[in-house]
Amino acid sequence: MKTISGVVFKAFAGLSAGFLMLAFAGTAHAQKLTGAGATFPYPIYSKWFSEYSAAHPGVEINYQSIGSGGGIKQATSGLVDFGATDGPMSDEQIAGSKVKLIHFPTVLGAVVPVFNVTGVSDLKFSPDVLADIFLGKISSWNDARIEKDNPGVKLPNETINIIHRADGSGTSYIFTDYLTKVSKDWANGPGKGTAVNWPKGIGGKGNEGVAGLVRQLPGSIGYVELIYAMQNKISFGAVKNASGNFVKASIAGVTAAAANVPKMPADYRVSITNAPGAETYPISSFTWLLVPAKSADPAKGKVLKDFLNWMLNDGEGQVSSLYYAPLPKSVVDKEHATVNSLQ
Amino acid sequence: MRKPETVAESVSQPVSPSSGQGSDHGITAPLTVPVEPVSEVRRFLLARGNSALADRSFSALMMTCAISIFAIVVLIATELVSQSQLSWSKVGFKFFYKFNVDPTTNLPLFWDPVNGDFYALPFLYGTLVSSLVALLIAVPLAIGVAIFLTEMSPRFLRGPLSFVTELLAAIPSVVYGLWAIFVLVPLLREHVNPVFISIFNNPTSVKLFGWTGLVGDDGLFGGVNLGLGLLASGVILAIMILPIIASLTREVMSAVPHSQREAALALGATRWEMIRIAVLRNARIGIVGSIILGLGRALGETMAVAMVIGNAAEIHRSLLSTGHSMASVIANEFSEATSDMHRSALIEIGLALFLVTILVNGLARLLVWAVTRGTPARVS
Repeated sequence: MKTISGVVFKAFAGLSAGFLMLAFAGTAHAQKLTGAGATFPYPIYSKWFSEYSAAHPGVEINYQSIGSGGGIKQATSGLVDFGATDGPMSDEQIAGSKVKLIHFPTVLGAVVPVFNVTGVSDLKFSPDVLADIFLGKISSWNDARIEKDNPGVKLPNETINIIHRADGSGTSYIFTDYLTKVSKDWANGPGKGTAVNWPKGIGGKGNEGVAGLVRQLPGSIGYVELIYAMQNKISFGAVKNASGNFVKASIAGVTAAAANVPKMPADYRVSITNAPGAETYPISSFTWLLVPAKSADPAKGKVLKDFLNWMLNDGEGQVSSLYYAPLPKSVVDKEHATVNSLQ
Repeated sequence: MRKPETVAESVSQPVSPSSGQGSDHGITAPLTVPVEPVSEVRRFLLARGNSALADRSFSALMMTCAISIFAIVVLIATELVSQSQLSWSKVGFKFFYKFNVDPTTNLPLFWDPVNGDFYALPFLYGTLVSSLVALLIAVPLAIGVAIFLTEMSPRFLRGPLSFVTELLAAIPSVVYGLWAIFVLVPLLREHVNPVFISIFNNPTSVKLFGWTGLVGDDGLFGGVNLGLGLLASGVILAIMILPIIASLTREVMSAVPHSQREAALALGATRWEMIRIAVLRNARIGIVGSIILGLGRALGETMAVAMVIGNAAEIHRSLLSTGHSMASVIANEFSEATSDMHRSALIEIGLALFLVTILVNGLARLLVWAVTRGTPARVS
C-alpha cells in the first residue's frame, strides 16, 4: 500500500510541477486571446489571426463567429478579450457596458441587389426606386420608374417578388441603413436593424438562401453581400450614388465610399452608406473590432495593440484576395493614432 | 464499534484476525476464515471486497444519472422563465394575441425589432397551421401503412417495408429542408398548386361556396403561387412525421389480441370489417396517442420549416402564402438579436414552445400507455 501511494504521490507531484511549468511558460511566452462576434468578416479574421500567430510564436487568437449581437454582449460584459460587430454599438449599449470599448474599423463590405427577371441581364436602380420596390409600392417590373432608369432594356410585365434575409444579419443592417437614408417612407416605416419588419416578401436563410430563392423564382429581387455575389459569379445591379452616377459595386468603389466620408468621428461609429463621391458605391459599410480601452490583463492589452498595428500595416494588404475592400489610407492613419492611445 | 477495533489492534495485531470481526472488516477478515465448504465462486466473490458498499454506491450513481434528467428539465425551464421576464413583464399575456397596426399600410404589425414591439401571434399561427396540414396528410397515409403492415402484407414485404418507413425517421431535418427547397417547392409551384387553384378559385366554386370564405382570392388557395409557404412546410412536415405515426400505430395494432380478430372473423366479418371492428376500434386510443406524438415532432421542427415556410411574420388565410413558425424565428433571429427586449421575446416564444411540446408529449405517452399496458379490450 505504502509503495503504491508513494508512486501515486510522486506521479502526481511530477504532473502538477509540469503543469506549473507550463503555466509559467504561458505567462512568459504564450498568450491566448479570445474574441467573438460578427460572422461577415470571419473568413478574413481567421486568416489574419492564423498568420499573426505564425509570425508571432506563442500568441494564439481564437475567434468565434457567433453573430454581432452575441459579440457585443460578450465584449460589454468582459467575457471575451475583444468583440466584433457589423453594426456600431448604440449609445444605450455603450452606456450599459461594463468595459469601455473602442471601435476599430477593420475592412469594408458592400451589399448588392440581385434579381431574376426574364430576359434581362443588367439593371440599374435609383435609390428611391429600390426603396419603393422593397416597400411594395412598385409591384411590377415594367413600372415606368424602373423603365426610366433602364432605357433600352425590355422589361417584362412580371410581378416583383421580394426576397430578404430571414435571419438577423449585418447584411440586412447595411441594406436597411441605406434605405433609411434614401427614403423617408422607409425611415418612418421599417427602419434599420439586423432584423426589421419587412413590409413584403419572403425570407431566405443566409446569403445562400436569398440567392437560391432569387434564382428559383422568376421576377424576384433580393440583396446579398458583394463577396458572396463575386465568389459565386452572380450578376447584380448597379445603384445610383449620391453624385448621380450609376455604380456597379467593386472593391475600389467600396473603399472610395470610406475615403469620402466627410467627417470621420473620433469613435469611428459612422455609417458610410450613401456617401458622396463620383466612384463611391453607396451601399457600403465598415465592420468593427471592439477593443477594450484598457485591458484587464496588461499582457493581453499589449498583444492586442501589437495585433492592431500589424493588421493596419500588413493585414490590410491581404483583404482583396478574399474580396473584402481594404480601408483607405486616411482611415488607417487615423487608426494608428488611436491604437497608440490604448492602454 | 470503536471498542472492538482497539482491542483487535492492541491484542491481535501480529496474529491473523480471528473470526468474529468479519462483519466489521469486510476486506481482510473473510480471507482468513477457514473456508472448506465455500465454493470457488463464493471465494472469488468474497475476495473482491465489500459488495454491499459497491452495490450501494452503484445504485447511488445510477440514481444521480436518472435525477440529472429532471435537473436538466428544471434548469431549462427556470432559465427560460427568468430570461423571458423582460418581455413578460412588459406585455404579459397580450404577447400571444395583440398586434399593432402599421400606420402607412394599415396592415397588422406583429414583429418589429427596430421599434422593439414583439407579439407572437403569427408564429403561433404558422406553427399550428403547418402542423395541422401535416397531420391531415400524414395520418391517413400512416394508418394505411400500419394496417397494411400488420394485417395484409405478405411476409416477404413486411420487413423491408417497415425498415424503409423507419429509415425516413433517421434522415436529418436539414436534408429534408434542402430536398424541399430544390424538389418539393418547384413541384408544388408548377404542378400541384395550379390544380388546387383551378378547383378552389374557378368562378363556379366561388359562386357556390363563396360564403365559406375558403374559395376565391381570399380563400385557402388565393394569392401568389410561390411554391413556398404554409402548404409546402405542411407537406414536408407530413413526410417527417409519417414514420413516427406509422411505426407507433403498427405497434399498437399488433398489441391487439388475436382472439379479437378471430372472434370477428368467426362471426362472419369480412377482412375490412374485422380490421374496423376488432383492430382499429381496440387500438384507437393508441392511434390517437401516436398521432399526438407526431404532432409534437411537427410543432418543434425547425430547420426544414425555416427553409420552406417563407419566414414572413404575417397571417393570411391562404395556404399558399408565406408564414413563420415559432421554432424557425428563434433559429433565424437569436444570433443577431442585439436588443435585450428582442432576445427576451424570442426566449418567451421558446418557453411557450417548450410547454406546448411537454404537454403534447405527455398526453401522447399517456394514451399510448393506456393501450399497450393491456386494458381489457372491448368490442361493441
